[in-house]
This record gives sequence, structure tokens and C-alpha cells, in this order.
Amino acid sequence: MLIKIHKKSDPLSSEITNESVYKARRDFIRTSSTLALGGLTGLGALTASLDTHAVTSQDTHPGKKLSNYKEKVRTVDEPLTPFKDVTHYNNFYEFSTDKEEPAIVARDFNPHPWSIKVEGEVAKPGTYQLEDFIKPHTLEERIYRFRCVEAWSMVIPWVGIPLASIIKRFEPTSKAKFVEMVTLYDPQRMPGQKRAVLDWPYLEGLRMDEAMHPLTILAVGLYGVELPNQNGAPLRLVVPWKYGFKNIKSIVSLRFTEQEPINTWQATNSREYGFYANVNPEVDHPRWSQARERRIGEFLKRKTLKFNGYEEEVAPLYASMDLRKFF
Amino acid sequence: MAATQFLWRHPALVKAWIFILCLAPLGLLVWDGFHDLLGANPIEKIMRRTGDWVLYFLLITLAVTPLRNAFGWRRLLQYRRMLGLFTFFYVVLHFLNYLVLDQFFAWDEIVKDIIKRPYITVGFSAFVLLIPLAATSTNRMMKRLGKNWKKLHSLIYLIGVLAIVHYLWLVKADNREPLIYAAILVVLLLLRTRWVTRMLNNRSGQVIQQAVTRE
Repeated sequence: MLIKIHKKSDPLSSEITNESVYKARRDFIRTSSTLALGGLTGLGALTASLDTHAVTSQDTHPGKKLSNYKEKVRTVDEPLTPFKDVTHYNNFYEFSTDKEEPAIVARDFNPHPWSIKVEGEVAKPGTYQLEDFIKPHTLEERIYRFRCVEAWSMVIPWVGIPLASIIKRFEPTSKAKFVEMVTLYDPQRMPGQKRAVLDWPYLEGLRMDEAMHPLTILAVGLYGVELPNQNGAPLRLVVPWKYGFKNIKSIVSLRFTEQEPINTWQATNSREYGFYANVNPEVDHPRWSQARERRIGEFLKRKTLKFNGYEEEVAPLYASMDLRKFF
Repeated sequence: MAATQFLWRHPALVKAWIFILCLAPLGLLVWDGFHDLLGANPIEKIMRRTGDWVLYFLLITLAVTPLRNAFGWRRLLQYRRMLGLFTFFYVVLHFLNYLVLDQFFAWDEIVKDIIKRPYITVGFSAFVLLIPLAATSTNRMMKRLGKNWKKLHSLIYLIGVLAIVHYLWLVKADNREPLIYAAILVVLLLLRTRWVTRMLNNRSGQVIQQAVTRE
């Protein structure tokens, strides 16, 4: 096993701006200066911030390096979103409803020790320490698109384990039709839970075939380091063809059920959020369009892809379903 | 004390100072833009900041009359027009940000947004309704419109409601902030109702009288 010792002076791979990002930013600057000439000087100049953003971003808390993972098991031909943006712009209502605050509020959150309860329709229920939960598996790097229901998106290099191989270990019974996951509930450590913005604890679920799909992973890291607290340390779900809110963070339990779980956002507003939450440009959120999205770091909005670009692999899961009804 | 008296004698200075202060939010935005402090999604950040300042200026402008009534600060009225125009100024920035940076002139999308998305319909209406108010803010227009000027400008109450509904309808779950603004707006509107103004007039009348007798 090769363990690379990271010197303080070594740049993180995340700190080096990818060439295509760099070029895109140059183009962007050109666009924005044209805008400025067009008489929108003030606002045009403001967007210049996009250019400097990635170049100057340096994170103060890159977590512990993960070693011994299979690199790029899965990738996309699109530039990665800088580490700083992935870790300083995200939703995690357990810490704050603001997208920049989780990085600050979660700074002192200690995700160790951590245990995961496996229950419901399984042959081997039990409570497992995180280390034991992960140990039997090989970590894999999976570079996926990430699309938030709020119409912004990123490309994130996750490190994790296919959920299917974890589930198989616990031997779900024939009654297991769904898997339900729950986030830690501890308002002392997750101060956002002190207000009833959502009905805590956060709960999400997948149909068994979705959970067993080879694209679905439980992530323990990103950019080659352990998951930062604000991104759902120490264990989170990543289902790249669904909206971000399905990707439940800081998971403490997996329960196998016969009934379809009612996920938190559906419980909050069932008109706007469903159980499936598949990325779909043809089905709008009742209050905004899902046809386009803003990729973080880009100026022009891009078209949203059906199933977030994973249509070929996942469309068969929903072959006979009306996606307008099961949104 | 001397400073207050100096300012009292030079209202133009006060006005200039308020003017500069009103530009500070824009200055800060430009500063943050150049120093890479607008975060991962600068366009959204500009949208939020300009939107916030529209609401602040709207509420400040609407607070002028009740403050004058309550404390007899007649001079405040001189600044009301400027505050109102700054509300409009930040609305224009908010809208331009949407039009240029957010949508980049995708007209079909914009039209769809305005028609189909209630929060945008409401916000856009508030913006459109503000235009005639800004256009008729000059002394000449005030004179020309006479009694109708006041009628026209009472549209601001409706605009205030629309602006807050716009905010309330765009949040996903955490509506604490828009509700705080709604509460302030309700208070500011209540302070204009006849029975409240009468009550306050009586009281401030007494305060002034006491001040006069003390002198």
C-alpha cells in the first residue's frame, strides 16, 4: 500500500485550476468586459469575480487524506468544480439554511466516533461502527455531476463505495422494497435543528432497484480527502441522476422497508417535492423552471440533461412510469 | 451638541451624507466583486444583495411619514424622495442583474418566467408599478398632478406588499426573513391608519408642547 505523506507546501490537486476551467474563465472575462462596454459597467465588472475566484481559492481545512482508493472509476468529460466552491456553497439545513454558512457552523462538528444502525427487513440487522461498516470494501473515486433542485450544478469527485455492495452484506429479505436513510438528530451538534425549518430528523429513501444501481454510492470523501463536515461527514448518499436533496448527509441509519418512505421534502411540501426527484428538464418545479441550470463557475446557463446525463443507464428503472406524476 | 446644530443649519450637507450612505451597498457590492468575495455563485449573490436593499429602502422610505408624525421631525420629509428613488435604483440593479447576468437576454425564458412563475410575476409587477412613481417624483410633476400625485403615489403600499410576497414565494422552507419584513410592513401601514395617527398626533402634540414650555 502506498501512503503519500502530504507536505504542507505541496499544493492540493484541488488547488490547481484545471486548464479548461481557466480558459472558460478567460472567455467569461471577455464576455463580461463586452457587457461593461455595453453600458453595464458596474454589474459587468462585478462578474469579474468569477475569474479570480478559483485562482485564489485555498482551503484552510482540507481534511485527512484518503489513501488506497481506485482512481476515476467513473468520470465525466467536464471540468471539476473547485474544492473551495464544493465545500463553501451547499445546502445543509442541519447547520444553516444559508449556503455559505454550513462551512463555518459545522467547523467544530466531530463526526467520530460514528455508528450506523441497520434495521428492518434484513437478515443481519445491527449497529456498526463506521470503520467496520466501510472496512470490507474498496473505496472508489466517482466523478459525477451534481444538480441541485434550485437549478445550480457542480462536478464533484466523490470517494465512496457502491451502495449495492454494502446492502448485499446485510442480506435484505424479500420484503425489502425500499431503503430508508436518516440523518443524525442532535441539535447541540447540529444547531440548525434547533429551529423547526424541516421536520427533523432528515429522512430520505430509495426504491431497492435504485439503491442497488451501480451508480449509487455512499460517499466518505471528496477530492481525495475525508468528507468535510459541511458536506455530510462522515457518510452520505450520492445518487447522481437525482436532485441534490435526495443525497442525504451524515447518515446514522439504514432501514429496509416494504412501504415507500415519505422523505422530508415531500413531507414539507408534497406539491413541490416527490419521492423520486429525478433530474428532469421537462418537469418544472411548480415555482421555477428546471430546463436550465447554472454550473458553478460558468456564466451562461446550460441546458439540464434528463436524469442529469445518466439517462442511458437509469431510464430503464422508470420505463413504465409517468415521470410527471412520479416527480 | 455643536455638531447637531451645525447639521441643523446645513440640511444640504445632511442630504449629501445620506446620498453617499445610500450608495454604500452598491460600493460594497463592487468592492466584493473585485476582491472575489461574492462566493461560488456571484450572480445569485448580486441578486440577493440588491433584492435585500430594495426591501430595506422600501421599508425605510415607508418609515419616514410615521416617524415624522410620531416625533414631529418635519425635516425628514425632505429626504423621502431621495430614499424612494434609491429604492427604485436598487430595483433597477436587481432587474438588470436578472436580465443580463442571470438570463443573458434569453427573452423566451424571461417571458415564460414572468407569466408562469408567480413570484416573478409579482416581483416584476412591483418593478413596473414603481416606474411611474419614479417618473413623477420631480417638483414639476408634483405640481402638474396636484391632488392626483398623492393618489398615484399611494401605489407604494401595494408595491410594498408585492415585494414581500415576491420574497416569501421564492424561499424553499425558511421564511423567517420575509416574515420579519412582512411584520415591519404591517406595522408601517397600520401607523398610517386614521385611529393610530390620531392617537400619535395627540401624544406628540403633548411632547412638543412640553418641550416648548420647558424652553
